[in-house]
This record gives sequence, structure tokens and C-alpha cells, in this order.
Amino acid sequence: MAETAVKAPVVEKEPLFSKKQKVLITDPLNDNNPVTVQVLGICSALAVTTLVVPSVVMAIAVIFVTAFANLFVSLLRNSIPTQIRMIVQLVVIATLVTVVELTLKALSFEVYQQLSVFIGLIITNCIVMGRLEAFAMANKPWRSFLDGIGNGLGYGLILIIVAAAREIFGKGSFAGFQIIGNTPDYFINTLDSAWFGWYSNNNLMVLPAAAMFVVGIIIWIQRSYNTKLVDIS
Amino acid sequence: MDALNIFIKAAFIDNMVLAYFLGMCSYLAVSKTVKTAMGLGLAVIFVLGITMPVNWLISEYLLSETGLFGVDLTFLRFILFIAVIASMVQLVEMVVEKFSPELYAALGIFLPLITVNCAILGGSLFMVSREYTFGQSVSFGLGSGFGWLLAIIAIAAIREKLRYSNVPPALRGLGIAFILTGLMGIAFMSLMGIDPAALTAGK
Repeated sequence: MAETAVKAPVVEKEPLFSKKQKVLITDPLNDNNPVTVQVLGICSALAVTTLVVPSVVMAIAVIFVTAFANLFVSLLRNSIPTQIRMIVQLVVIATLVTVVELTLKALSFEVYQQLSVFIGLIITNCIVMGRLEAFAMANKPWRSFLDGIGNGLGYGLILIIVAAAREIFGKGSFAGFQIIGNTPDYFINTLDSAWFGWYSNNNLMVLPAAAMFVVGIIIWIQRSYNTKLVDIS
Repeated sequence: MDALNIFIKAAFIDNMVLAYFLGMCSYLAVSKTVKTAMGLGLAVIFVLGITMPVNWLISEYLLSETGLFGVDLTFLRFILFIAVIASMVQLVEMVVEKFSPELYAALGIFLPLITVNCAILGGSLFMVSREYTFGQSVSFGLGSGFGWLLAIIAIAAIREKLRYSNVPPALRGLGIAFILTGLMGIAFMSLMGIDPAALTAGK
């Protein structure tokens, strides 16, 4: 242990998944979550969360874009002039998003139509831009790549929790499979079952406003457990 | 009349913030006082009002198959739109710095961040997918900008008053702002059934 501590400044090569690197992925999941703590990327997030499947697709798309945008900008970071760095970053992001859009259009046209303009809006998703400015411009490519994956995962986690809550309570289904509700084609037929007989779909959860409530409640729960995040001002 | 209908629809019924959640980042970050919210809202109106028609011209005369190059170039849409928006924001920044240095100081970092305000790019993408004409795109741009200004001033006014109330510690700041926005969204939903075209036709 002491030996490595002495060597640390000299040694350049460390294992690809050392403890220090793993933090880059785990930290954004809770303590430094991009949505609930850094307040980034709410814009394109909330409107797609009525159903689970489009949210998962959206999360994968954002993970891809943050990871590779971080990687490429980090590779270019020493040759980008500071005055025009925004434009350079935006061109990198826009190119990646175009790749995602065309891929999705070819693979699953149905989901592509459900997400409509929100795939394009990944360009202006503050997570991508924010991480480029805060991390990729000052760190090595591999670390930036991991940071991109971590923040994409943190965003995806919130997205899927919100989508699951909204789909289960709003439509009585999860990822398209009916779970609870009062019509005969549901998995648990609540006409027969006394357990779920009281439940009827809550239409409020399908409305866009419900997404705000769900995120608000997630923040409330998270900060009750993680008191160092509480806003003192 | 058509232009007025689109303006009203974009500002109140399809409000960018409260119906589509676009531009949430700066909406939550800059809504602590009414004064800065007002400045940012005006800048957003200006940028939306200019980029919308410019992007309309680009997608109609450069990118479409019937345009200048005669090839379908729609895959370049994102890159060109964002380049137009970034340069317009740069222009606004220079104008504000020249004519109102105090507003420039108050807005600080958030002025360049209008570039990544989803409402701007989202507006342009909605305009393309809804197939507006040139005139309609101008009024859609101004209308959505006005709606954004309304929403940010409303939340800023509430948050100024909120300072005197006793919010649970874990909800303070961000959490309560989310819940307030949700409540405002529900309030705005009562306007949803209104069809401006039917009203002006006297039905």
C-alpha cells in the first residue's frame, strides 16, 4: 500500500477499472446524479416518460451520446480554440445524435415516432454539454468516456424510475404487459381478485405534470436519506 | 387571423415549458428573482423570433429536395439548426453587452446557455414536423417565446414569496420547484380544450 502511494505520481498506467475509475461510474448514480443533483437534462427527459419502452431507448441513446461525445471532445481538447469551443462541441454532439436518429429510424420506426423530436433534443440536453465543459475538456479520454457512461446511467436510472411509476399507476402496465387494472385482459384480472379490485387507472399520471411530481418526490426521498445534498439557502 | 391563432396556441395552450417541458434547465436555474427571469425571457423571445424564420428558410430552400441543391439533405438538419442558433445567441450577447451592460452582468453565464435551451431547438423541430408556412413560423416563434417568458416570470414570483414559508428541508430549493411546476402545468391544462380558430370564427 505504502509502496503504491510513493509510486503514484510517477506511474502513468493504472488498471482500466481501478477504484478511482469505478467512482466515475457509481458517483453519478446517487451522490452526483445529473438529474436530481446537478439539475441537468430535465428538458428532454420528462416528456418521454409516459411509457417504459421509449424511456429505455432514450436512456440508451443518451448513454451512447454522452460517452462518445466525452471521448471525442477529450481527444480533441488540446486542439480546440477556446473562443469557438461551443460550436466545436455542438458539431460533435449533433453528428452523434444524427447517427443515433438514423439508426433508431432503421431499427424501430415505431419507437422513433413515439420519441419524435426528443431524439433531436439530445443535442441540447444539458447533460451532454455540461459534462463536456466540466469534465471532458480537462481529463484524459478513458476517464472522460467512463464519466460519460456514468452520467448517462444516472440519467437513465431516473428516467426509468419515473417511467415505471407513471406507467404502472397511469396505465396499469409495465413495459406493455398489463399488471393491474379492472378489465378482463389484464394479467391479474381485478374483477375476480379482491386484492386489486379497488384500483382503477389514475389518469393524472399520464399527464405531463405528473412527471414533475414524481421527480419532486424522488428528490425528496433521496435528500431525506442523503442529508448532505439538502439545499441550505 | 391564422397568425394570431398560432401565437395564442403556442403561448398558452401548447406552452413550451408547462406542456412540453422544454427549456427546463435555465427555467429552474434562473427563476430565483423576477428581474433576471424577465431579462432571460426577453432574450429567449428575441432568439426564438429570429431563429425560427431563418431555420424555416434553411429547411425549405437548402435542405429539401426541391431546394437549391435538389438533393434531400434533411440529415444535416440538426447541425445547421444548431449552428444558426449558436450564432444568433452570439449576436444577442453582443447586442445586450453594448446596450445594457447591467442586464448583461445580471444574466452572466445564462446568456450563452440559451444555445442549449431546448425550447429554441425544440421550436425549430416542431416547426418542421408541423409543416408551418413562413408567416406561421414567425408567429409560432414569437408565441412560444412569449409563453416561455410567462412561465418563468410566474415561477420566479412564486419562488420569491416561497422564501418566507416553511418548506421541509429535503424539499427546499429544487424539489419544491419541481412540484410547483407540476401544479402550474395542471393549471395551464385547463386551457387545453380551447380552439382559437373556432373562437375567432364565432362558434
